[in-house]
Amino acid sequence: MSTTENSMDKTIGQKQRSWLSEKLSSQTFWVFLAVVIAFIYLSFATDSFATSKNLYNITRNVTFVAIIALGMTLVIITGGIDLSVGSVLVLCSMVLGVTMHAGYGIEVGIAAAIATSLLVGLVHGILIAYVGMPPFVVTLGMLSIARSLAMVASGNTVVFQFGPDHDLLLALGGGAWFFGIANPVLYMIVLALITGFVLRWTRFGRYVYAIGGNEHAARLTGVPVRPIKVAVYMISSLSAGIAGIIQTGWLGAITTNIGTGLELQVIAAAVIGGAALSGGVGTATGALIGAALIEIIRNSLGLLGINAFWQGCFIGGAILLAVSFERVRNFRQNDE
Amino acid sequence: MAILELNNISKHFGAIQAVNDISLSLAAGEVVGLMGDNGAGKSTLVKMIAGNYRPSHGTMRMEDKELVMHKPVEARQHGIEIVHQDLALCNNLTAAANVFLGRELRLGLGPLKILDYAGMNKRAGQIFAELKSETRPRDLVKQMSGGQRQAVAIARTRLSNAKIVLMDEPTAAISVRQVAEVLNLIRLLRDQGIAVVLISHRMPDVFAVADRVIVLRRGRKVADKKIARTSPEEVTGLITGAIEQV
Repeated sequence: MSTTENSMDKTIGQKQRSWLSEKLSSQTFWVFLAVVIAFIYLSFATDSFATSKNLYNITRNVTFVAIIALGMTLVIITGGIDLSVGSVLVLCSMVLGVTMHAGYGIEVGIAAAIATSLLVGLVHGILIAYVGMPPFVVTLGMLSIARSLAMVASGNTVVFQFGPDHDLLLALGGGAWFFGIANPVLYMIVLALITGFVLRWTRFGRYVYAIGGNEHAARLTGVPVRPIKVAVYMISSLSAGIAGIIQTGWLGAITTNIGTGLELQVIAAAVIGGAALSGGVGTATGALIGAALIEIIRNSLGLLGINAFWQGCFIGGAILLAVSFERVRNFRQNDE
Repeated sequence: MAILELNNISKHFGAIQAVNDISLSLAAGEVVGLMGDNGAGKSTLVKMIAGNYRPSHGTMRMEDKELVMHKPVEARQHGIEIVHQDLALCNNLTAAANVFLGRELRLGLGPLKILDYAGMNKRAGQIFAELKSETRPRDLVKQMSGGQRQAVAIARTRLSNAKIVLMDEPTAAISVRQVAEVLNLIRLLRDQGIAVVLISHRMPDVFAVADRVIVLRRGRKVADKKIARTSPEEVTGLITGAIEQV
């Protein structure tokens, strides 16, 4: 009897898969490997890739998609989707631009932009979690509304003068205050660390996964499903708002067509990085890696002298390849 | 002594009388089989005990105090735990995460509170050992057998000091070997002095573990008998209406 009990304790103490095998079987790991291989290959194959100027550009270009992909990943983990991020980005940029152009300081401008993004997310959350409308439809509606509001706010003009704090805004987005790393990259790293921490170590993060895994079960076990969903959509819009603020500082001008089609790039980054649109799966690291792969593909095609028209094929191919990897792995698992 | 008493409980939804004037009592360490055809009122009755519905008429008393609940969380606070028919598990989470879902253990980290992974894995492992189930706390529920999934769902009821465990069709969708596992789990709960209500369509399971069987038909209680003093044939007759009442 005692031996069987011992063996049972041992079984209970075990873990089915080791840390290493778990990593090796994750889509995120293979995409990461692809990024590393592409990086090494391009460093040798071209003279222009591994230059500090090009790497500076790549890392900075990654950030806008990556920051929004962090928020999007949370939404996708709950089993939702947010199509409005490109429009929310331009709306928040415009709110920032118009406020500062009117003579207010940068604090007021940023506060207004962030408040706008949170309000948009709140509207999404209420319509989705409390009214019960599908996320696709709600955020599709907002995709149209937010860009239209940005046009109304600016009279569809280009805003490029930002009042008394003009230079500060441009330095915030376009500068490189630490070790020559572009500021947006630093913001991205900080936000990714926060997102990763929240997902892994907080009860909120646990509930986000639980809702995506089985919303009904989450509700039955006492998870506050609706408030969490509202929070997740607010975070997604917030990430678009933050990206909008940073991008404004970097570009130094806002037109009402920035961020057009951005939602698809962001969703692509999240999905390539391992987030499952069916919910329950996704990581902050995955969002960054997915965004990095897309940017490397875009950047390298240019450097390798391949016609830019091919870009869509390569990015689309990467999406299909990354997700098919996951499917193949699932087939194998189900066969066993 | 009765741990839970229902006195003349009724529940109607508009014109539909789902549960009609039912009285029953549960004692500690007792397994009661609750049987009846679809629509007999089993789920409605259980949902009232679980705090999902409030009775239209009648009262519930738990340990001689009147029991009035407005939502399921309150049932849990009173020591009433439910194992849902679909088990309410998240496949993408580990066994331990599922056990603690909705009542995670946390550690203080300055102003923050972080999830206590080690503590939850350890406690879940202890519960699985108590339940004599070879279930590993750190494995994903996705990869588990029906019996292990049951163990995870039942382990939830062991977190608090549950006095009553309501089990909704726990053996409906699992293999024969796993049914035996689940029935053993029910006996384990009983041996710890917990009252178990087993809602089931499966006659052999009820006769294997229950001390008493209560049969509902069209919202009314038509039988409340010791298992030793009835037979599967009689219970079948009561369920279908071939036998009117005993």
